[in-house]
Amino acid sequence: MSDLLAARTQMALSLGFHIVFAEIGIAMPLLMVLAEWRWRRTGDEVFLRLAKRWAKGSAILFAVGAVSGTVLSFELGLLWPHFMQFAGPIIGLPFSLEGFAFFTEAIFLGVYLYGWNRISPRAHLTAGLLVAMSGAASAIFVVMVNAWMNTPTGVTMSGGQIASIDPIAGMLNPSSFQQSLHMLLAAYAATGLAVAGIHAAILLRKPDSRFHRRALTLALMMGTPAAILQPISGDVSARTVAIWQPTKLAALEGQFATERGAPLRIGGWPDVDAQRTRFALEVPRGLSLLAFHDIDAEVKGLAAFPRENWPPLPPVHVGFQLMVGLGTAMALVSLWAAVVMARTGDVMRHRWLLRALAIVTPFGFIATEAGWTVTEVGRQPWVVQGILRTADAVTPMPGLIVPMLAFAALYIGLSAIVVRLIMTMVRETM
Amino acid sequence: MSSASAFFSSIGLPEIIAGIMVLALNAYVLMGGADYGGGLWDLLASGPRRDAQRDLIAKSIAPIWEANHVWLIVVVVLMFTAFPLAFSTLAIVLHIPITLMLIGIVLRGSAFVFRSYGSSERRTRRRWGVAFASASTVTPIVLGVIIGSVASGDVATASGRIGAARFTEIFVSPWLAPFPIAVGLFALALFAFLAAVYLTVEAGDDAALRDDFRARALAAALAVAFFAAVALFLSRRAAPRVIEGVVGGSWAWLLHLCTAISAVTAILALWGRNFRLARLAAAAQITLILWGWAVSQYPFIVPMTVSIRQASAPSVTLTLLLIGLGGGALVLIPSLRYLLRTFAGRAAEAKESSS
Repeated sequence: MSDLLAARTQMALSLGFHIVFAEIGIAMPLLMVLAEWRWRRTGDEVFLRLAKRWAKGSAILFAVGAVSGTVLSFELGLLWPHFMQFAGPIIGLPFSLEGFAFFTEAIFLGVYLYGWNRISPRAHLTAGLLVAMSGAASAIFVVMVNAWMNTPTGVTMSGGQIASIDPIAGMLNPSSFQQSLHMLLAAYAATGLAVAGIHAAILLRKPDSRFHRRALTLALMMGTPAAILQPISGDVSARTVAIWQPTKLAALEGQFATERGAPLRIGGWPDVDAQRTRFALEVPRGLSLLAFHDIDAEVKGLAAFPRENWPPLPPVHVGFQLMVGLGTAMALVSLWAAVVMARTGDVMRHRWLLRALAIVTPFGFIATEAGWTVTEVGRQPWVVQGILRTADAVTPMPGLIVPMLAFAALYIGLSAIVVRLIMTMVRETM
Repeated sequence: MSSASAFFSSIGLPEIIAGIMVLALNAYVLMGGADYGGGLWDLLASGPRRDAQRDLIAKSIAPIWEANHVWLIVVVVLMFTAFPLAFSTLAIVLHIPITLMLIGIVLRGSAFVFRSYGSSERRTRRRWGVAFASASTVTPIVLGVIIGSVASGDVATASGRIGAARFTEIFVSPWLAPFPIAVGLFALALFAFLAAVYLTVEAGDDAALRDDFRARALAAALAVAFFAAVALFLSRRAAPRVIEGVVGGSWAWLLHLCTAISAVTAILALWGRNFRLARLAAAAQITLILWGWAVSQYPFIVPMTVSIRQASAPSVTLTLLLIGLGGGALVLIPSLRYLLRTFAGRAAEAKESSS
């Protein structure tokens, strides 16, 4: 394994590990605040139990998210020192704002977890709300940095050197809004439906448990609106990619030739040598319609770009299909739940819906990993689109396979422990 | 006084940001450092009140440790935003110790929450406790090693020889050397001292427990003095620049006088059981040591090649960063005060309220 590949693998592992905990760290506090708010309003002790359960889960997952986030802030330099030397002054601003948001989150999580008997009910609820809000703010700032790597604005180059920079323009780059929205919705949808799925599975066996019925209702309140809105946000994101990163669009759609009225390919496998995508179900003119909202629009194919600027095609295309497929399933199940809720006011007796919810439990997190793969691998060979190549950013330190394997072992071990802890916690409620 | 006025006239935006960076590191050392020290005392808990000692440590740390460790992220972000050249130099040459420190940070944080929220079975909890305590002990040593190797000037030298020297000469020998290791042990001793002093206050009315930590604080003070002497002795060869700044700088003597006064005050206050004064003096002592190091390196971030000015980002970045830091501080300072006031000094009486 080359050092570059080892560095990329370590970065992918670290981000892939962190992103799940970050999503839960954003969304779980909202659930715990919702539960506490319901308890304060109704006096129903079941909501209090639920709030404390969810707070306990949040504490574990947030801590693992926090330490893996600390690792990432260093890893940017350990693995990609030339990238950070180049980009630090431009993207440092959102990173430092993220630092303060993270501070607020950590402070008020401490207040929330240990302050049940020390501060007033109103102050306690406010602390929880601040955790939820600053978690969302952290996500927005960090994703702004990634958005800048995709659509770098606020930097002018001359002869391979930076001529001038504008960090505000860099922060408000063309992808910032779209990517942040997509990430936030992903966090609420993935976490909400995962929690809903767990409680739905238990309700299939114990249909009368008040604890699990209340938990399911709250989780659906958070997860379903996000899952239903996510395809719209995805469309906005894809259109930005179509304009600013045509190579990435061609890669994720498996579009080799430049054509007007390009078809939308569902599934399939991009055959790089034959320069065509095989086995895909093609919807005529679908891609032109989706990407440019015009059935005759021209879509640039990969052939229009030099081969050395192509990203690795199979992971990008398959990752995109996976993300869209799972996201669609989540949106459909959410719509179904909303319809059942509106018509009968009770989702609990609808066993088929409970089964469907149980099945989609992991979908959001898998879709997140797939989507993250699409945006990161789809940007290759660039670390900063069109400006800095990943190969030019890597550290000169040799033997990078060693830290990569060390972090892989660490993260696999931690994942196993966290999964076991959560399973034990769920079992305790049964 | 002419050197002082020359010093002040050389202060600009980059120096102010560098100062804020040291301030953030200072906060990390005072808050996060005490958490590490607490881990060491968990590892070394002994005597009839062994479990009570561990309990007090856990309860003191639990609500605040997450926030305490954000300071380190602030230091890193400030460095790569404002001094990207310094950041990349350190990240390349010190790849191995930084990675070791990160693994330590991940292990101690995870083990701590696994112990707090995981299985209530005694053996499992103890296992996580050992993981937390060992990682807490090793991590500050590595942090001190990193600081020591930067101060020695060997990082900058190695950075200039990348591609022209063997692997070990660039990536290992700048930090795996007597002086950085002495600084690492000095850091651990300082953190242990700080934690023990804090814990005497946290113990509140429990006189026996308080005396346990008083004895530990006094022992740690001896270790601090010992490793300070060792580091100072080794630095004559390993870090002449630092020794020149620390011993011979124009107003270094004032800094040292204050450091000595706070060290003596801390010990006397411990002896006389004035624990709040001891806490104040210990914090002052560590603060002065840190600033003594920072001032001795001035104007270098990575002595002797990467200076503050050389490494500095364009002024538009620094201006925006300063505005961002100001806005952030407006949110952070009241929040932090609220957190500390909500939980201060009441760890001993606290009931496990989160279960």
